[in-house]
Amino acid sequence: MEKFEVVVVGGGLAGLSCAYVLAGEGVEVLVLERGDYAGAKNVTGGRIYLNPIRELFPGLFEKAPLERPIVSEGVTLMARERSLTFTYGGRELSEDPRPSFSILRSRFDRWFAEQAEAAGAMILSKTLVSDILRENGAVSGVVAGGDPLQAGVVVACDGVLSLIPEKAGLRGPGRPRGYAVGLKEVIALPPDKIEDRFSLDKDDGAARLFVGEATKGRFGGGFLYTNRESLSLGVVLGIHDLMEGTPSLEAPGILEDFKNRPEIKRLIRGGETVEYSAHVIPEGGYGGLGPLHGDGLLVAGDAAGFALNLGLTVRGMEYAMASGVLAARTILKAREAGGYSKENLSLYRRFLEESFVLKDFETFRNAPEILENPRIFGHYPEWIGGLFRDLYTIPAGPKEGIYRTLRRHLPVSAWMPLAKDLIKVSKL
Amino acid sequence: MSPDGNLKAKLGLDVFKPAREPHIRIRAGMERDTRVKKAVLVCPAGLYALNEDGSVTLTIDGCLECGTCRIACGPEVLDWNYPEGGAGVQFRFG
Repeated sequence: MEKFEVVVVGGGLAGLSCAYVLAGEGVEVLVLERGDYAGAKNVTGGRIYLNPIRELFPGLFEKAPLERPIVSEGVTLMARERSLTFTYGGRELSEDPRPSFSILRSRFDRWFAEQAEAAGAMILSKTLVSDILRENGAVSGVVAGGDPLQAGVVVACDGVLSLIPEKAGLRGPGRPRGYAVGLKEVIALPPDKIEDRFSLDKDDGAARLFVGEATKGRFGGGFLYTNRESLSLGVVLGIHDLMEGTPSLEAPGILEDFKNRPEIKRLIRGGETVEYSAHVIPEGGYGGLGPLHGDGLLVAGDAAGFALNLGLTVRGMEYAMASGVLAARTILKAREAGGYSKENLSLYRRFLEESFVLKDFETFRNAPEILENPRIFGHYPEWIGGLFRDLYTIPAGPKEGIYRTLRRHLPVSAWMPLAKDLIKVSKL
Repeated sequence: MSPDGNLKAKLGLDVFKPAREPHIRIRAGMERDTRVKKAVLVCPAGLYALNEDGSVTLTIDGCLECGTCRIACGPEVLDWNYPEGGAGVQFRFG
């Protein structure tokens, strides 16, 4: 039976990051990817924040095929018949190094895999890992493309469903409350149209989030990111809410209705959809984190649950890349210490705790519970929309005083619930 | 265009490579389970259909391998695997 020192399951950002670092240190590492190429099965919203990971990959991002630096942020509270948008621009967004970029994963991951290969990693695509091998209770390899393959240590970077850790008996199957599903269209549009439509300088990009009617008041949101020659437009829907909400709505129809909103129609006019994709997203926060290691096994990226939704920012890719690097560092240390026992690999958790990864998850430990508030997605967008309608309306007769308008929209009975929600959100 | 037709047209834009056999199956006896009925709502590709007799059928062509149905229904209801290597959807943009 063939044996590799390190076998990485999955050529996404976590797996490739791990392999890139290990190969750079001269460690024998094989990445098994089930797609035709790295990135063939990966989907993002998406945008990647580089500040937390820039130093982990010196020089890498300067030549990476990223799409556009995000210099304009926007949030729209979308009510049924109106919407309120605020945008944010700031000098720090336009100065080098740019803090975040829109990204298309099939492009980026494919390129990143080439970098890992150039560093000495082996990447075997079109190869599905269907099971793990065990020896004396420890993970000792994988079944790849139907054949057994031995490994000193296996790194499970197999994505959000985390089937490898499940097969290793480390965790059970994911449950609806901890997950959302993203549905996305990539809509081709000429670069000058993108720049005109979003008031951008050449090659700059914009990000827009939509709360409320974008998801029919369900837990989740709409998103739009500008790429070089396309827009990424989609919705993220909490799976539990989608299953149990009334009336019953089918996920694809929610995206169609969102696309048909006048606010969106104007932005995508003349564009041509070139791809439709969907992917599950871990949304369980700290409480949703899976096991991080076992005997002969490390878990990184979405497979470990490393994604964090804070409303205005939704992040996963930085955590995937950082956890991949930290898994690699753990392997280097365990190798010096003489093996990949559970004890030696437990260093991984400490590395994660000392890094921004678990620090962020601890800081925002109660985020999922706070954002689960249904009033955020239904009540508030309608309320704000109605208030602004009346502030802007000039009726045929005399106009109501501003104070009266405010009091009508915010009667004393509404103060307590609003105060409670504000206090909750302030705990984020 | 009907919403269904629209969805089919969108799936038609994606690159799919054929697999030897379906990678997800509704387990025998689970076709009328309340959980599998939720798959009709959550599947982004609209591949689960509720029949008049109350059973649910799954057509695997067009599967985006997103995993939503496995999260919604669980492995007791669905025999859920990824397609063999090099098969299934191959995203060009992602």
